[in-house]
Amino acid sequence: MLLKVRGLEVHYGAAQALFGVDLSINEGEMVAMLGRNGMGKSTTISSICQMMTPTKGTIEFCGQTLNRMSSHKAARLGLGLVPEGRRCFPNLSVLENLSAAARKGQWTLERVYALFPRLKERKNQSANTLSGGEQQMLAISRALMTNPKLLILDEATEGLAPVVRGEIWQAIATLKKEGLSILIVDKTLKELLPLADQAIILEKGESVWAGQPSALTEEMKDRYLGL
Amino acid sequence: MQVTDTAPKPVTGFKFNREGATNVAVMAVLLALPLWASSVGEDYYVNLASLITIFAIAGVGLNFAIGQGGMVSFGHAAFFGIGGYTAGIAAFHSFEETLFMSVPFAISGTNQMLIIWVVAMALCGLAALAIGAISLRTEGVYFIMITLAFAQMIYYFAISWPTYGGEDGLSIYLRNQIGAVDTDHALTFFLICFGLLLAAIFVSARLSGSRFGAALGTARMNETRLATSGINPFPIKLTGFIISAMITGLAGALFAELNGFVGPSMLSWHRSGEIMVFVILGGVGRLYGPVIGASLFVLLETYIGEWTEHWQLLLGFALLGVVLFARGGVMGLIAGRARHD
Repeated sequence: MLLKVRGLEVHYGAAQALFGVDLSINEGEMVAMLGRNGMGKSTTISSICQMMTPTKGTIEFCGQTLNRMSSHKAARLGLGLVPEGRRCFPNLSVLENLSAAARKGQWTLERVYALFPRLKERKNQSANTLSGGEQQMLAISRALMTNPKLLILDEATEGLAPVVRGEIWQAIATLKKEGLSILIVDKTLKELLPLADQAIILEKGESVWAGQPSALTEEMKDRYLGL
Repeated sequence: MQVTDTAPKPVTGFKFNREGATNVAVMAVLLALPLWASSVGEDYYVNLASLITIFAIAGVGLNFAIGQGGMVSFGHAAFFGIGGYTAGIAAFHSFEETLFMSVPFAISGTNQMLIIWVVAMALCGLAALAIGAISLRTEGVYFIMITLAFAQMIYYFAISWPTYGGEDGLSIYLRNQIGAVDTDHALTFFLICFGLLLAAIFVSARLSGSRFGAALGTARMNETRLATSGINPFPIKLTGFIISAMITGLAGALFAELNGFVGPSMLSWHRSGEIMVFVILGGVGRLYGPVIGASLFVLLETYIGEWTEHWQLLLGFALLGVVLFARGGVMGLIAGRARHD
């Protein structure tokens, strides 16, 4: 198993945000984390990436316990995060954004440019001059340049135009086809569910359901996702 | 293909846009004036240009820490002073023909500038390693205060070190040498300083344009984001801080040579403030900004200072104007805002 999260609990000061999240990802698997806003999806991701310290529970990645590990060490083990809101380094060029994070491995500039040809055209442009879609492509590429074993995408298509969203989904599908393990949070279920191998639903900071996306009933979608 | 094969090309600073043209013009004026002054026998102006050049080197060092790494150090006088004292102490022992230390091994003085520069930079690097290892665990105003505190510690140490003059400082009776080069000749010394300024700018530009520079830049923008990319920001920032200190230390060694004197004032917090003024006036993160900043500072001090002892009031207004209306400094006013502004 690539990632195993058990009984994860997280507090923001006195307020408890996660009340017990369980999550498992096998190699080459794509897992969709679902839930309405404020249910703890981003907190779970932050905890996995060691940007937050859990108060209880265990996180194991590649057979190693991540608890209390610094975030750069966790990333070096192979966690590649594409954070919510893109968050590229705005004053650096596309090339600088990519090369600053690069580690040796299968993902190289050429391969990233092949996935997103637009980035090659804009390689000397500052990230803050890119469109929202291009910034998202850059954020995904930056994570890929760290040669991750698990790519974590937090709302990768949020706020993007439909055409650009399509390009991003196409890239995600390509990554999955190439065997990259992916943990994804996204609201566009129409594109997400057909791609995902597994899904997990968070409700009020707790994982309440896990299974194959095809097993998700309309009643569950209505109750947990507000659809 | 390795990532480094297509790493970004280093910024050379000689692109012929408005900023590039300004850079060339500033450096050309800085070179031409002492050449002219020397030809008409006015060594005073040559020495003035040397002072500007030395201050500019110190500014290039601090600018690397602030502009590239976002480390607002208010203690760079420590490195400036360590560089100066290295030159002074080496010259003192060379002149007196005594040993600096005899146990566990003998170290004598030297009057060779090349050796002094290497030792000065190495000592500044070590000092920056110790200071940075502690102060870089803090941020913002705490980082400023801790760097200031370290500089003040070294300042008071220098004051209480009677062997090397204590509060009175130490004279360098004979300027140190580089082989057969006559470093006492004002123009020759200026050209040495000018060459070192170009070297400091070149190193700063190469590093800023490298993967290391990109990582340092990202640490300035968002350390957490850098960490989630698998890079520990701490050693990156510490390395940047050390490089910055070494450049400033080199300037300190040259300053001591120029004045033939080294004293605790080189280590005082006023000096840290002055180096910061060079950077802010010229434009934070601008490669040639410290050259403009140092030029303005020295010219204001020299010419307005002749007219009134309150010349720093004018400097204060200039700084206020830059901070309020021109975040890119004077370079920003001339060449427009840059990506670091």
